[in-house]
Amino acid sequence: MPPETPARAVRTLDYTGSERLTMNMGPQHPSAHGVFRAILELEGEQVVGVDAVIGYLHRCHEKLAEHLTYVQYPSIASKTDYVAAMTSELAYVMATEGLAKVEVPKRAQYLRVLVAELQRVASHCLWLGTWCMDMGGALGGGATVFLYCIRERELILDLFEALTGARLLYGFHQIGGVRYDLPEGWAAQCRQTIDLIEQRLLEYEGLLEENAFFHLRTKGVGVITRELAEDVGIGGPLLRGSGVAYDLRRAHPYSSYEDFQFDVPVEPAGDCFARYQVRMVEFRQAIRIVRQILDGLPEGPISSRPGVKSVAQVRVPKGEIFTRVEGPRGEVGCYLIGDGGPKPYRMKWRGASFSNLAVLPHIIPGHSVADVVAIMGSVDPVFGEVDR
Amino acid sequence: MNETDARARIATDFPDAVVAAGGPAITVTLPAPQWRAFARFVKDTVGCRFFSFLSAVDWKDEGLEVIAYVENTDEHVCVLFKTRLGAGQTACESLLPVYRGADWMERECFDMFGVIFDGHPDLRRMLLPDDWVGHPLLKSYAVDTPYPPYR
Repeated sequence: MPPETPARAVRTLDYTGSERLTMNMGPQHPSAHGVFRAILELEGEQVVGVDAVIGYLHRCHEKLAEHLTYVQYPSIASKTDYVAAMTSELAYVMATEGLAKVEVPKRAQYLRVLVAELQRVASHCLWLGTWCMDMGGALGGGATVFLYCIRERELILDLFEALTGARLLYGFHQIGGVRYDLPEGWAAQCRQTIDLIEQRLLEYEGLLEENAFFHLRTKGVGVITRELAEDVGIGGPLLRGSGVAYDLRRAHPYSSYEDFQFDVPVEPAGDCFARYQVRMVEFRQAIRIVRQILDGLPEGPISSRPGVKSVAQVRVPKGEIFTRVEGPRGEVGCYLIGDGGPKPYRMKWRGASFSNLAVLPHIIPGHSVADVVAIMGSVDPVFGEVDR
Repeated sequence: MNETDARARIATDFPDAVVAAGGPAITVTLPAPQWRAFARFVKDTVGCRFFSFLSAVDWKDEGLEVIAYVENTDEHVCVLFKTRLGAGQTACESLLPVYRGADWMERECFDMFGVIFDGHPDLRRMLLPDDWVGHPLLKSYAVDTPYPPYR
């Protein structure tokens, strides 16, 4: 018989909640959606403080814009929000057109809406996939939803490739219109694609909403009140998920959005699930707008200034303008000051993700570490646009 | 409050402000000491609770100009307000007590232009590293300014 070991005195931990742990989440964290560093102050599993560090992808777009002509910059503008390059290009081109008082033909306006809405579907596909992958195994095996969503996104990128020759950064918009018209057979392919995606949305909803863990991880998590939402200036699905019925396409229609029928989904709850619901409706509304365009695309020229290549073809007078478009992540704005020369005097880029991310320090404290991942995914930041 | 009422109230409450005619947004140029008071006014009285952005413009010898854009999301009244800080001046009142969205925007503006926001509790650089020298969006900052040495 081995000698009996004396019972060791159990040391009682006088844990008063003062032992705090500082944890770095990112910038190289798989769920950080890019290079985002959150310095979390933890008490046990609960987050009590958060400091957000951004800027790892900063390229000083605004300085670049001051050194590139109005014709050169649009292709750089698409590199701000590279997941929705079509809408970021559009914001800059619209600002220039507004300042230079350039007319855009009806067909070009419709084509702009067409690609913007397809881009919204593609961008929401990426959001849904990455968000569900962040929340991980509880949703039925890690990467399942991600791979499904990427499969659908590829179909839209195929359409964009057929239209522009590029899959990520398109250079589709130009001052006065668009650069390419629809190739032959494109409309039929587009109809087929959106029909397929619309059908598959039902599968995702079934996959997610019939999963109890999905509800557990999203309902009541990361609540943004209406007051906070407006005060911080978040936009898009986050704002509408917090009960604010505000959509730039409805409030300040641009590029002929007033011609189309669509609903603006609003959910008052303000949690991750509300943001999910809003985006799922937006998928369908985007598809609805695409159908209306394919049915009623007017004939005519696609640009009022075909082949704008040199800045001599665009005279931008002195003045200032602020134009905004409703990107997939919210309000993408471009504040432009022209001094009469070939380059803007000042350009301020109002990135939707920058403002959306600024809400995180207000909503994360009080949640557990696992919820941080779910909240960050529901915000859908794109770091090219945050850091610019 | 709709746009016509808002314009009338601005004219009576802020006689020193210059309001531009027309435009998609009400454009107001203010004397610098009224910066925060005006923000409080547009938020509470005009109902512009949505904070879109805050930034600055470097007008070289004429000094810096700070701009902000807010909106009333119910009635779609937009207000773009700006103020000149004066040549060589960098001090500006912070809007953080009025709009929480001004937190990151003012940090970015400090980072890029060196505007010191009076009343901002945590004015650090937002996008550039803490040891960066200079403020890149000033017109005096050359694009080919050498990168400070790595530590």
